[in-house]
Amino acid sequence: MSALRGLLAGIFCVVLVGSAEIALCSDDIIVLGAAVSLTGKYALNGANTKNGYDLAVRQINDKGGVKIGDTAYKFEINYYDDESTPARGTELVERLIQQDGVKFILGPYGSGLTKAILPIIERHKVPMVEANGAARELFTKGYRYIFAVLSTSDQYLTPAIDLAAEHAYKLGKTPGELRVAMVMENDPFAQDVRAGVLADTQRHGMNCVIDDQLPPELNDMSMTLTKVKALKPDLLVVSGHEKGALTAVNQIEALRVDVPVIALTHCDSAQLANKLPKASQHVFCAHQWHRSMKHKGELFGSAEDFAQLFKKTYGYEAPYQAAQSAAAVYVFADAFTRAQSLDPEKVRDAISATDLPTFYGPIKFDETGKNVAKPMVLTQIIDGEYVVVAPDKWATKDPVIPRPPH
Amino acid sequence: MVSNLLILYEAPALGLQLAIDGLLIGAVFALAAYGMALVWGVTNIINVAQGEFVMLGGLLAVYAAEQGAPVLLAVPLAALCLYVLGWILYYTIIVHLVGRDMFNSVLATFGIAIVLQQLMAHVFGGADRIAASTLGSWFLFDGLVAIDKMKVLVFAACIILGVTLSVFLLRSRQGQAIRAVAQKPEAASVLGIDTKRVYGLTYAVNAAICGAAGALAATAYTIHPYGGLSYTIRSFMIVVVAGLGNLGGVIWAALSLGVAESFAGFIFGAQYQIAFVFALLVAVLVFRNWRLKRQRRYLA
Repeated sequence: MSALRGLLAGIFCVVLVGSAEIALCSDDIIVLGAAVSLTGKYALNGANTKNGYDLAVRQINDKGGVKIGDTAYKFEINYYDDESTPARGTELVERLIQQDGVKFILGPYGSGLTKAILPIIERHKVPMVEANGAARELFTKGYRYIFAVLSTSDQYLTPAIDLAAEHAYKLGKTPGELRVAMVMENDPFAQDVRAGVLADTQRHGMNCVIDDQLPPELNDMSMTLTKVKALKPDLLVVSGHEKGALTAVNQIEALRVDVPVIALTHCDSAQLANKLPKASQHVFCAHQWHRSMKHKGELFGSAEDFAQLFKKTYGYEAPYQAAQSAAAVYVFADAFTRAQSLDPEKVRDAISATDLPTFYGPIKFDETGKNVAKPMVLTQIIDGEYVVVAPDKWATKDPVIPRPPH
Repeated sequence: MVSNLLILYEAPALGLQLAIDGLLIGAVFALAAYGMALVWGVTNIINVAQGEFVMLGGLLAVYAAEQGAPVLLAVPLAALCLYVLGWILYYTIIVHLVGRDMFNSVLATFGIAIVLQQLMAHVFGGADRIAASTLGSWFLFDGLVAIDKMKVLVFAACIILGVTLSVFLLRSRQGQAIRAVAQKPEAASVLGIDTKRVYGLTYAVNAAICGAAGALAATAYTIHPYGGLSYTIRSFMIVVVAGLGNLGGVIWAALSLGVAESFAGFIFGAQYQIAFVFALLVAVLVFRNWRLKRQRRYLA
């Protein structure tokens, strides 16, 4: 019995030592920490985020890494699975910082999870560059260590509302006469999108006739769509991550809901144009990035170059979540190069002074950590392709309004 | 809320739409709840993995549809796969739980649920999917009411399955054995019924029912490896409302729940839909308790 105990104790010690990961800036490697959603509700976008991070790390390492002084450092990412749960995310980020000694964090997927870990990175003064938390409330509390490469969620559907206002005459109405229906998931991101939509509709003087909030676990919006059929709004906006986009498009088709302008978020990560080309015809989609945009940067080249590299590496079209994740790692690389130091404070200051053109768009942070240089883009799904229709600077075609019945 | 009621008053056809949608989703809940009631009644085990069986059935159907198979063929296929899985789970885990503390069974089936979720996510990926139907819809009242043909087929399939199950339980030898074991396991065992096999059969049949329900649900609603909880909760709720052993009541309660949810979502807004339904559950239980109290006082 005591021999067995000894053996168990030995195994225990080996496991303990083996799992203690220490001093992450040795051997010319800079370790970035990331707790992303590899399982759970956000598993799909967690995977997109991870793929974006990994592709950028590979690209940076292949190009020789980051040069600080005479040493070229390679990147490595230490991943944990936050299981799409904020509580777990906070535990894991604490672990990354306290136990694994990570000094630089890459953000998780989703505003809810990013919001949960903010106090921790702030307390430990660990700079975080995040690519997938868009809610405005992340930037209103005076946190100094968060930097976000993406546009905030209140801007997601602004181009759609503005476009509807611009084309209101095609529906025989003035912009102020337009009636808007909103269906938003009950989570920080979609609620912020909703706040943005409310602000935009108020700006144009439009009237909100339906304002429904879907519980996150609900996958049926036929009740709300029945109301839409009754009230006949001019504009329907839906935001509920991929489930919302998929459910909306399917049920709109099944119930034959006829609305002149339909705008959604998360179309491309739900692969709507690919999987449901007929049902999603003439639907407007909000994107943080699109491969047809003429952005260019040193690391990946153009947006199109990135899209092709991603498709070649992972076998599917890069959704914008992956693009912005790659951009986040690029920001770190650029900051290390400018700071010429691995001290978190110096790196933090270098990040806040970022002014970087990238394949994802220009990145320049304001004092709250938001990227104020990059625009949101609106596409319309036409014959299974996303066609950029707004803003005017990047539009490749005129939008089709109203949505023809089919 | 009042404005929504006014809409219903002005366009009663929409009430028809809500009722139909409610019945159609209620039929899927009815199957899942029927299976849970069966397992609970016979083996005294609350199967917390019920929703995960439904999701697995749905994912198998989506997979089959993506390979080009007709969706309705996927239903018996999913049921068969889940039947086999049910037997495997029974002989590895459930057989040790029968006759023991209910807490153990809840814990173990919760564990099964978690393992199934992770396996599904690993094999099928974490995306929401749907096996969209191409059958179209019937339109009544000048397009105001849309009846998805696929959903009608789903409803019919659920009814047929329900009836088949009832006939199986009432008429076949296996069904008789199941009912005997549910009534008194010791007596059944004395009469030569292999109770262990009967428990296994019940659990496997439950898995098959859930698989079929999931495959049917996948034609109209999104399926996600982590989306099973809402089915588990609703099955549990329906069984509680209907009362254990009251299989006919389960169908009735499920359809009513579907319709109630549908109307609640329209009148109160989607955010209060589930809250309303659970408030209804509490009201039903309180009312039932009050009625029973009167009966008890009368008898005492």
